[in-house]
Amino acid sequence: MSSNIEKLKKKFGAAIIDSHSFRGDDTIIIKKYSVLDVCRFLKEENDLDFNFMMDLTVVDYLNQKGHNERFEVVYHFYSLNHNHRIRVKAPVSEKDCTIDSIVPLWIGANWFEREAYDMYGIKFNNHPDLRRILLYEEFEGYPLRKDYPITKRQPLIGPKN
Amino acid sequence: MGIEKSLGDNIILTSLNDVVNWGRKYSFFLYPFITACCGMEFMSVAGPRYDIDRFGAALPRFSPRQADLMMVVGTISHKQAPILVKVYNQMTEPKWVMAYGVCTVSGGFYDNYATVQGIDTIIPVDVYIPGCPPRPEMVLDGLIKLQKKVQGEKFSDYPKGPSPVSKTGV
Amino acid sequence: MTDLTENLHSEHMVLNMGPSHPATHGTVEFLVTLDGETIVNMDVEIGYLHRGFEKQCENGTWSQAFPYTDRLNYNSAILNNVGYALAVEKMMDVKIPDRCKYIRVITSELARMTDHYTNIGAGALELGGFSAFLYFVEARELLWDLLEKVCGARLTSNYIRIGGVKNDLPPNFKEDVKSAFIKCRDLYNDVDKLLTKNRIFLDRMRDVGGITSDEAIAYGFTGPCLRACGVEYDVRKAHPYLIYDQIDFEIPTGTTGDNFDRYLVRMEELNQSMRIVEQCLDKMPKGPVNTDDPIVRLPAKDHVYTKMEALIDHFIVVTEGIKPPKGEVYFPVEGGNGEVGFYLVSDGSGKPVKCRVRPPCFAITQAMPRLCIGSLLADIIPTFDQINLIGGECDR
Repeated sequence: MSSNIEKLKKKFGAAIIDSHSFRGDDTIIIKKYSVLDVCRFLKEENDLDFNFMMDLTVVDYLNQKGHNERFEVVYHFYSLNHNHRIRVKAPVSEKDCTIDSIVPLWIGANWFEREAYDMYGIKFNNHPDLRRILLYEEFEGYPLRKDYPITKRQPLIGPKN
Repeated sequence: MGIEKSLGDNIILTSLNDVVNWGRKYSFFLYPFITACCGMEFMSVAGPRYDIDRFGAALPRFSPRQADLMMVVGTISHKQAPILVKVYNQMTEPKWVMAYGVCTVSGGFYDNYATVQGIDTIIPVDVYIPGCPPRPEMVLDGLIKLQKKVQGEKFSDYPKGPSPVSKTGV
Repeated sequence: MTDLTENLHSEHMVLNMGPSHPATHGTVEFLVTLDGETIVNMDVEIGYLHRGFEKQCENGTWSQAFPYTDRLNYNSAILNNVGYALAVEKMMDVKIPDRCKYIRVITSELARMTDHYTNIGAGALELGGFSAFLYFVEARELLWDLLEKVCGARLTSNYIRIGGVKNDLPPNFKEDVKSAFIKCRDLYNDVDKLLTKNRIFLDRMRDVGGITSDEAIAYGFTGPCLRACGVEYDVRKAHPYLIYDQIDFEIPTGTTGDNFDRYLVRMEELNQSMRIVEQCLDKMPKGPVNTDDPIVRLPAKDHVYTKMEALIDHFIVVTEGIKPPKGEVYFPVEGGNGEVGFYLVSDGSGKPVKCRVRPPCFAITQAMPRLCIGSLLADIIPTFDQINLIGGECDR
């Protein structure tokens, strides 16, 4: 068990659902209400010092066994001084597709959260400017969800092919 | 040029036609509507090795009012499509369109929710150049074919009018 | 004498540097609010080249994603290929032979050089320096000739496979590289003389578009833009992959983080890449270029036609696809613009559940308003060039 995961388990025992280190990547799965607290601890604790928010994305586990909630928001963090990485995952259900935004901690998370909203429909609480980024406003639906057919086009101009 | 329509087809007008077409085909002003990877090959085509200047088509004019050959270089997504049609309608006649790269010809291998499956669904196209990206020699071949097409045009072909597509959802 | 500013009815103008613009590389829209020539507010709109990379990859098998990864950062296609292949190999715990690692490093560094040539050339072109553009396009052609000898395509190479590469290097490759590098070094010296001490270039690039290192880290900058701020972070040194820990090279860093430092960092990285390629060509061992694990890499064609086991393995890999075990990995690679990370999720079947690429220029473009507000309208052009936004990577 990695020492970073142990520190997190000591501090946030109840909020951590699971953890693993598949192929050497430290991963913890937390409850979504504790996202801001865990991320703040990761950023400000001296031994952890995760100052890079590298990536923020969502995985859709529709029809997959072993997952209670449909979506999982995945964060990847990196620490420049200690040269270690961690992955934080927070399950989000389809009925209540909201989670807290981490823009107050890392301003670079702004566009990543907009993209997660655009592609999957996850709403981020307290996001400064939540609107579509890669697709146009008239687009209906969330294309990266597994139940959106790949060839369903919504053209703005021209024939519906 | 409007009066030549009323004068009919005679030897003076056909010779004038030939001279005008000769002038047009050897002096294209490009509007490179560059979006994606084919743009890198376009930079090569305009570069010193595969020089497009030899064919008279050297100078890009980045204003549609001043250009006559629009090269649509790279994938057109549905978000970009209204802009393409607007720029095409802003160009003054005579104008030609070259579909550069297989994404513009038929959507390429991006058969999904985001890509226009061929720009000829939204604007009329004169020359199609397949390839992903096409080699510069293919582009020059396409340009020569376009020059042959321009040489065969008549005055009665123009004006063609704006692109006949309309907004969907109506 | 009345006060000249009385009754001067002035208001801010919103200017749309639209998606079809030569300086915005055709795929970005800037909505700029201007007070005269000074930028007061700026909004960046991307997504005009969104081609559905993730959805397409989820629709095919693991091996069918390689052509789509080529077209992410299309200036340096092989770097994306290598990143994806290394991520899948990490998930499947596959060991690749040494010769394959050297070939991957050599082709990656050649691709990185083409990326920097294109970026510096186009940057000089948009400030008016047409000659520098022509010299670097010729240098890029020389490298594309080398890549064409290796894999058959100039730009979209599709050369790397899971467990190896498509084919071995052609004969006399080392001599071809040496003669190409002599010409590339000449062209580099020409452009260096044209640009680095050029008064006009310095005036347009120095002290423009600067950012401090703390803000750069908060935005998620990586790559040459972060190294120009003075932060020494390069994935090749921080998490060495392939054989980067056995090669001698340096990471150039800047001091102020403005556009001129970004240009200098890229110019020096060209030299370092040439150094890496020359060392690799000297040290490269002989041997196989593909792993011999039959469920990962297709067997050689002559074995398929003569041996029964090879035929069966070929059939299974082609029809069912490679099947990584259930799990998830994240693998970072140093791309032309910064850290290109592939996050892959597998459920044990032949199709990916998630195939995500972490785009470096997405994070950097987010900071465009921060870099441009307060400066003049004409300063957008060099700033945006030096960020090196590649539409295929930012919009996927």
